[in-house]
Amino acid sequence: MLRQFLEFSIIGIASGGMYVLSALGFVIIFKATRIFNFAMGEMMMLPAFIFLWAMATVGLHWVLALMVAILGGIVIVLILERVVMRRMIGRPVVVLVMVTLGAGSVMRGIAGLIWGHEIVTLPNFIPRDPIFLGDILIPGKLAWSFLAAAVVAGGFVAYYRFSRAGIAIRATASDLVTAEVLGVNVRWVYTLAWMLAGVLAAVAGILAASVNGVSPQLGFVALNVLAVIMLAGMTSVFGVLVAGLFIGWLETIVGAYLSAAWQSFLPYVIVLLVMMVKPSGLFGEERVERI
Amino acid sequence: MTQSTVDPIAPQIASQPRRTPYFEWTAVVVLGLIALTLPAYASVYVLYMASLVAINSIATVGLNLTVGYAGLLSIGHSAFIGVGAYAAGLSMIHLGTPLFLNVIIGGVAAFLVGLVFGIPSLRIKGVYLAIATLAAQYSLYFIFQQWTSVTGGDRGLSLPPTDLFGMGDTGFYYGVLLIAAILFVAASNLFRTRLGRSFIAVRERDYAAQVLGINVVRAKLLAFGIGAAFAGVSGALTAHFLRLVNPDQFTLLVSVFFLAAVVVGGRASIVGSILGAAFMTLLPELLREILSAMPTQGQTNVAGLLSPLREIIFGLLIIGFLMFEPRGLKGILDRITGRQDRAAESEAD
Repeated sequence: MLRQFLEFSIIGIASGGMYVLSALGFVIIFKATRIFNFAMGEMMMLPAFIFLWAMATVGLHWVLALMVAILGGIVIVLILERVVMRRMIGRPVVVLVMVTLGAGSVMRGIAGLIWGHEIVTLPNFIPRDPIFLGDILIPGKLAWSFLAAAVVAGGFVAYYRFSRAGIAIRATASDLVTAEVLGVNVRWVYTLAWMLAGVLAAVAGILAASVNGVSPQLGFVALNVLAVIMLAGMTSVFGVLVAGLFIGWLETIVGAYLSAAWQSFLPYVIVLLVMMVKPSGLFGEERVERI
Repeated sequence: MTQSTVDPIAPQIASQPRRTPYFEWTAVVVLGLIALTLPAYASVYVLYMASLVAINSIATVGLNLTVGYAGLLSIGHSAFIGVGAYAAGLSMIHLGTPLFLNVIIGGVAAFLVGLVFGIPSLRIKGVYLAIATLAAQYSLYFIFQQWTSVTGGDRGLSLPPTDLFGMGDTGFYYGVLLIAAILFVAASNLFRTRLGRSFIAVRERDYAAQVLGINVVRAKLLAFGIGAAFAGVSGALTAHFLRLVNPDQFTLLVSVFFLAAVVVGGRASIVGSILGAAFMTLLPELLREILSAMPTQGQTNVAGLLSPLREIIFGLLIIGFLMFEPRGLKGILDRITGRQDRAAESEAD
């Protein structure tokens, strides 16, 4: 009984790793540009399809395919940022959010047109042998993808903390005008934030697809990530780490003990409750303006 | 710059009744006559589409009250349509209530449910409401689908046919037309009242609105609730129209459809909403005609192509209109009819 619970818990936390990655992508865009990006899920889904194409159709080694997919993800994000989002800077938030919704819809449609609507499983490139922690069995794919997510997330956090570019992003986030005066190229920061988010999304998408397969609907997974971000409080990188793992855990536990239908529902209920008590999220900045 | 650039919409609304050019009245009269006489010469299919356009217009106008006038982003609109549809459907099955009562029941139910989701999120600025509406979308879908004993689960509710004025489909069409007309007039008159104008004030500058004595939280809640109520009415009509209510009619995609209708028609415009709803409802039909007319595509392929194409086109319409014509079809219409709007150059946000 307890062993089973532990097993579910570890599986859940492991699947939370993917949430952390895409949630970091959300947060970086939100911090740098104040845009809440509803196209995040589609930014995960398209690279996953590109990866599938590169591996299965072209026949590349998975490392090369991964690079192709990440590059593809960056190109997609750059198109979105340059052609659409950049022209919209300064427009009301509502408008910007609607534009990302529209962009997501277009990307989903394109994927559906090219690859159809069935769920396709990726070729195996992650070792499947289960890993045993004492008595507890962890599916191999999940363990390795969690490890990959941890490495990427760690690398990202370090880059964000210590690199010049990361500091520039944080400076822009905290005060745009001052940052510009001090010589930060704000436009470049915007582009960089979108690109970083694109890379995070691509990795998250490929990991999610390697476990559950890929379809144009994969993007909707990212909407659960919104629950993570709300819980963490939009702006906190640390909070996203905690909340992402927590939501992943919660979903698996709920799915295991109640039913799959509860999975997409319960996180939101918790988020609504948290928002009533502490609107800035559990770890967010206290800058939230109440009316 | 004595001209107001802060608020391009409010003065335009305020001065609308005084300007009323002949063109507008002629257009209203002609369109009204066409709508009234439609059953006399139109085919069943045309009547069906016309009813659908009217029903969708009601929901679009509702969403426009929330998004366009009050500036609150809602991406869970279809869930409130669902609340109205289920409330009306259940009341029809268990109590045998008539159409006009069901419409009120649906509207009130959606209004109340809207308040439940609006209350926690409207106190905070930013995109929180958008996410709370997403929560509404998922939670309500979950309830529709899982509360099998009441909602019938995935199979949904099957409803008896509606026979209005003893005229069958035609009667229903007139019923929808009547309700839609009442609601459109109510919606446009709303913005001559204190409450309606407070919505716009809150959208433009909530601090300033508060200083002027507007209760911002109340205004936002009502803007959200009234939008949901329109959705509920539209849902009740949908239930009567399709005689079937099931969870898959109320997905996120449907919400995006209505958002697109608002943007395409023109935010903060009732006429725009009707145009947008008509455009968005008829576009997929047109698309299907074009696709099935193409010789190379087999009949089997049409359905597979249609849904992704629809997603692409909806998305492109949202992006395109927001980038290039923020005032939507209404803006284009104004330009064609040569109505020089004071606000035409500035953005309708």
